Amino acid sequence: MKTPVLAAAFALAIAGSAAAQTPPAVMFDIGGKFDRSFNQAAYDGAERFKKETGVTYNEFEITNTAEREQAIRNLARRGASVVIAVGFNNHAAIETVAKEFPNVKFTIIDSVVDLPNVQSVTFREHEGSFLVGMAAALTSKTGKVGFVGGMDVPIIRKFYKGYEEGAKYAKSSVEVFMNMTGTTPTAFRDPTRGAELARGQFDRGVDVVFAAAGATGTGVYQAAKDAGKFAIGVDSNQNHLHPGTMLTSMVKRVDIAVYEAMTQARAGTWKPGARALGLKEEGVGMAIDDNNKALLSADVLKRIDEARQAIIDGKITVTDVMR
Amino acid sequence: MSSRGDMPAWADYVLLPLINLLLAFVLSGLVVLAIGEDPVRAMRILVEGAIGYPEAIAFTLYYATNFIFTGLAVALAFHAGLFNIGGEGQAYVAGLGVALICLYLDFLPWPIIFVGAIALGMAFGAAWAAVPGWLQAKRGSHVVITTIMFNFIAAALMTYLLSNVMLEPGRGAPETRRFIASATLPSMQTMLGWIGIEAPRSPLNFAFFMAIAAAFLVYVYIWRTRWGYALRVVGQNEQAARYAGIDPAKTIIVAMAISGALAGLMGVNEIMGAHQRLLVAFTGGFGFVGIAVALMGRNHPLGVCLAALLFGALYQGGAELAFEMRAISREMVVVIQGLIILFCGALENMFRPWIATLFARHKAA
Repeated sequence: MKTPVLAAAFALAIAGSAAAQTPPAVMFDIGGKFDRSFNQAAYDGAERFKKETGVTYNEFEITNTAEREQAIRNLARRGASVVIAVGFNNHAAIETVAKEFPNVKFTIIDSVVDLPNVQSVTFREHEGSFLVGMAAALTSKTGKVGFVGGMDVPIIRKFYKGYEEGAKYAKSSVEVFMNMTGTTPTAFRDPTRGAELARGQFDRGVDVVFAAAGATGTGVYQAAKDAGKFAIGVDSNQNHLHPGTMLTSMVKRVDIAVYEAMTQARAGTWKPGARALGLKEEGVGMAIDDNNKALLSADVLKRIDEARQAIIDGKITVTDVMR
Repeated sequence: MSSRGDMPAWADYVLLPLINLLLAFVLSGLVVLAIGEDPVRAMRILVEGAIGYPEAIAFTLYYATNFIFTGLAVALAFHAGLFNIGGEGQAYVAGLGVALICLYLDFLPWPIIFVGAIALGMAFGAAWAAVPGWLQAKRGSHVVITTIMFNFIAAALMTYLLSNVMLEPGRGAPETRRFIASATLPSMQTMLGWIGIEAPRSPLNFAFFMAIAAAFLVYVYIWRTRWGYALRVVGQNEQAARYAGIDPAKTIIVAMAISGALAGLMGVNEIMGAHQRLLVAFTGGFGFVGIAVALMGRNHPLGVCLAALLFGALYQGGAELAFEMRAISREMVVVIQGLIILFCGALENMFRPWIATLFARHKAA
């Protein structure tokens, strides 16, 4: 039973054009597709593709690191128009499997794999974080703003550095408090600890907190709501979670990256190579909608918009700690 | 263990685990039924995904390798009356020992790297366990508390090193570069290739044979050497041990060190064999599953190997199950695995009195 399936998959993969008929595949990272943040953004992109084209996609949520390579290989073997791996942790697995399946297209989010059949999409998170840092500093009454990170890894520090620079740019006297949730991947799904850290920062006078911590963030937002302070969401637009205390969200359009990879693969316009999406490409940004419009004054929005333009024009350079 | 006197060994080691396993599967089947899926089909996918074709078997054995090492680590410490739940941290730090040699001394000839990396990995694991052992022996700090604390220290240390010191620049993930080929353990695919057998690609590697050897050596150590005898006496009764001229403190520290070295071998399997680079959180909970493996295997190396095989099959088959049946999410797979751990580990005494009574009646009649 296994062999015909395999043969079919190979035939499809080899016959390039026929690959357009096969469904795309996406693999979510350990946080899970319903983390209301990073992975969920990817899920939203895939769902949008499904709704618009009527094509279902294959998916997999991994539970441990050892499964990565195996799952990506499984998805590739079944024949996929494109295999999308969500998250930097898949770097090595994509590197290995992409070499084994030179005719299958791969897209990786948040890391750059330099191979002829891999499309790498990264984001300039520091630019978006800069803007929400400004929003935090300009909204804070105490002059103290906070940051709760997930796991203490370079990419989370990239968010922090941009946030800090933005806050200081808006108001040089502002004090920025920073906590990382932990040193294991659990740090991305620990809302209890997130709430605890947020409360600790509130006790020290913080009145706006930015969480770049995946599902841990939900605890931070709840704590902010309970204490009547402001919180800033991340990755997905999380403004709707607690309207009134969600100041804004630093959106990272993973959904667009996933959606585009799928539609491009279907249309035959998918291209390998590295793409970095920043403010200019609208890959990152600050979410303004009905849920938070009332929280930000026209003056604040104007200053933020000026800074946004200045970053796009290259007049302001935000430090990228990963470079 | 006097409570086992009333029933034959085969009932204790085979019948009882089988009954527990069966019950766990029946309950899992009911759970699958409750979410509206076909339990028979789920079971078939689980079994076929675990042992149905060569690649599946290779993955099952690869997971089993990890579980044998961590299961043996828990079992050995248990015979000395110690509950080592720090396998996770010990394996994590052992990965560092392996990587230090495989990254920075990879210009050395292959045999030296091979022996050196395994030895340093084991030494790091041993050291990470010996400290809680020393604290237990000399200061009375309970190893359950200290070993679990050491897991967190290990995680903090490793994340720091990987994010700041050993990280390959320009990469999103906190991990080192890949080791060169001569600084890795040969994969099963490569080894079978030497004797002309074609095998699928998998993370199964030479460490599997090391695991089998380790199980045998642990058996010899515990039941066939003076040190093993001392270890068991200390585990049963520290006072008696002291009276017999055994130094409990030394025995405890040595037992913890050996336990840590065994857990460290899991780091060797993962880092030098499977991933061939050092990465964050590679231990993935295998250290904790080792506790269930040891419990289910009755702390006997053979039992540990069998339990490790079962858990390996569950891991691999579970991944396939989540892959094949969309309604069964990865959380469902965890529920099924959890039920098996519950019945085989925590509730292992549930049926014991009944079966013992049955055997006693049979004997009397």
